[in-house]
Amino acid sequence: MTHPVSPANSADIAAREQRIKIRRERLALLRKNKAFIAGTALLGFWVFCSIVGNLITPHDPQQIDLMAINLAPSGTYLLGTDSLGRDVLSRVIIGARPILFMAVGATVIGTVLGTTIGLIAGYYKGMVDAVIMRLVDAMSAIPVIVLALLAVATLQRPSNLLTLLIIGIVFTPIIARTVRAAVLGEVELDYVASARLRTEKVPHILAIEVLPNVLAPIIVEFTVRLGYAVFAIATLSFLGAGVQIGSPNWGSQVAENYSQMYGNIWWSTVFPAGAIATLAIGVNLIADGLTEVFEQ
Amino acid sequence: MTRYLLRRLLLAAITLWIVTAVIFFATHILPGNVALRILGPFAEKNAIASLNEELGLNRPLVTQYSEWIGSALRGDLGTSLKYNQPVTSILFPALIYSLKLAVLAFVMLVPLSILGGIIAALKRGKLVDRLITIGGLSAAMVPEFVWAVILVLVFGIQIPLFPVTAIPKDGATIIGQIYPLILPAICLVLVLFGYVARIMRAGVIEAIDADYTRTAILKGIPHRKVIRKHVLRNALLPTIAVIASQVSYLVGGLVAVEIIFNYPGFGLALRTSVTYRDFPLLQASVLIIAVIIILVQVLADILFIVLNPRIRQSVVN
Repeated sequence: MTHPVSPANSADIAAREQRIKIRRERLALLRKNKAFIAGTALLGFWVFCSIVGNLITPHDPQQIDLMAINLAPSGTYLLGTDSLGRDVLSRVIIGARPILFMAVGATVIGTVLGTTIGLIAGYYKGMVDAVIMRLVDAMSAIPVIVLALLAVATLQRPSNLLTLLIIGIVFTPIIARTVRAAVLGEVELDYVASARLRTEKVPHILAIEVLPNVLAPIIVEFTVRLGYAVFAIATLSFLGAGVQIGSPNWGSQVAENYSQMYGNIWWSTVFPAGAIATLAIGVNLIADGLTEVFEQ
Repeated sequence: MTRYLLRRLLLAAITLWIVTAVIFFATHILPGNVALRILGPFAEKNAIASLNEELGLNRPLVTQYSEWIGSALRGDLGTSLKYNQPVTSILFPALIYSLKLAVLAFVMLVPLSILGGIIAALKRGKLVDRLITIGGLSAAMVPEFVWAVILVLVFGIQIPLFPVTAIPKDGATIIGQIYPLILPAICLVLVLFGYVARIMRAGVIEAIDADYTRTAILKGIPHRKVIRKHVLRNALLPTIAVIASQVSYLVGGLVAVEIIFNYPGFGLALRTSVTYRDFPLLQASVLIIAVIIILVQVLADILFIVLNPRIRQSVVN
């Protein structure tokens, strides 16, 4: 949709320049934010592990060796072996992939659906709005973990992809509420009125005019939800629900090995548990840095 | 006030209705046949058919749904497939156990997080503030079972201060009952502290910056009294709402914590129902959880109004 040169267009250009300037300032602030840098380093480390994966694991993460069970950390097995003689370090490295894939996938689905619904609800208000608010209420009355357990119990067998979908759907109304709140303020502004007067279609107004102006809360919400997704997926895999059996998930590793702790064999539990903690804290630090910069 | 109450209860009823639909259809529409789940993949066709018949699963979904709701309203939540007992007789003792743990967690959480929030707000921007806000929220992002594993290892095994299980003993003293629950409660507190402290901090900061606080200070009221009477009273209001919303996270956390500490509460019952595909027990557990959470939210909203004279006025008019 192109327009001949008009006053509206020069205003558009000014607005765009303003937007680029704000973006530069925010990036500069982020580069100085210690929490954000620490979080990026932690998340970056696990993203690196999930990409290279098998290339850097010192042993085969799935190789069972009953002659080498519960070995303490040593030169051969840097982080020791678990109750089936598998190398803990290799399993921790390879475990980054499923949790990151599922957490990012679930958050992307929730954000895309939630943003779409939030834009529509904030623009039309009324009925659509009321329905979404009731859905948010209903979702907040069933804890995510419990809802996922309910769905997983019904399914033929736990599946990574279905868990990803369930968490994405649970996130949708929550993200929709955030986007809606931001859109409500924008719709009152002159640029939306002028777009309406130019007889732009609603999808155009929402996607091209409104969306760029509500990106900041969406980005913050995305990182916050990503943290919750890591939390939920780790917990579900610990409970033995929601992830494929036998895949080297950190949560499943803790579940398989924590009873060994009572015999002081701590390494097979503590390292995957620590991996979950560092990933969760990393995502939270990023979310924290973004919130601080975007809300100034 | 009565009109507000009625409106709030109506909204709660609508929410509950959506929740029942979600619970029911999640267990009936998702791919996977309930009878097949119970009998396993090698079950014979007529065994599946007769179990379907017995459970009433071959009737139309809407009929099944309305019957489920109808008997739930009469207090009949069905019979457990695993225990062959009414689910209420299994869930109510479990509920009491979980309640004890939850109450202990809240007794620790509420004063700690309110105090933490006040300290952070009064030392705004200082190191203590950063520690409480960033540390608190980081702790909140680490799942309860990870905290449980770490606490058991450090304070149960390496330095054996606390028992590593929380199995209740008959005839134990109050202290004997509470003591094994301290570690599990700390796991729950660590996950909830950050949110409550942050809201309290925001509330205190808002109240400190408000005109009425300025007026109070300029009138010459002693500093401590200003904090107590003007700042805290206003800051506590949003905190109450957040504490109520944490009940939902608390219930989610109970499942994992009760498993690690082998505590026979609601979470363990829920996990048993998932493991054994005990659908009546599962549906009833989720329904009870949802009812509790919705009730807490309604109570919090009412408390919020009773405590806040400004909203109370606008609601009454």
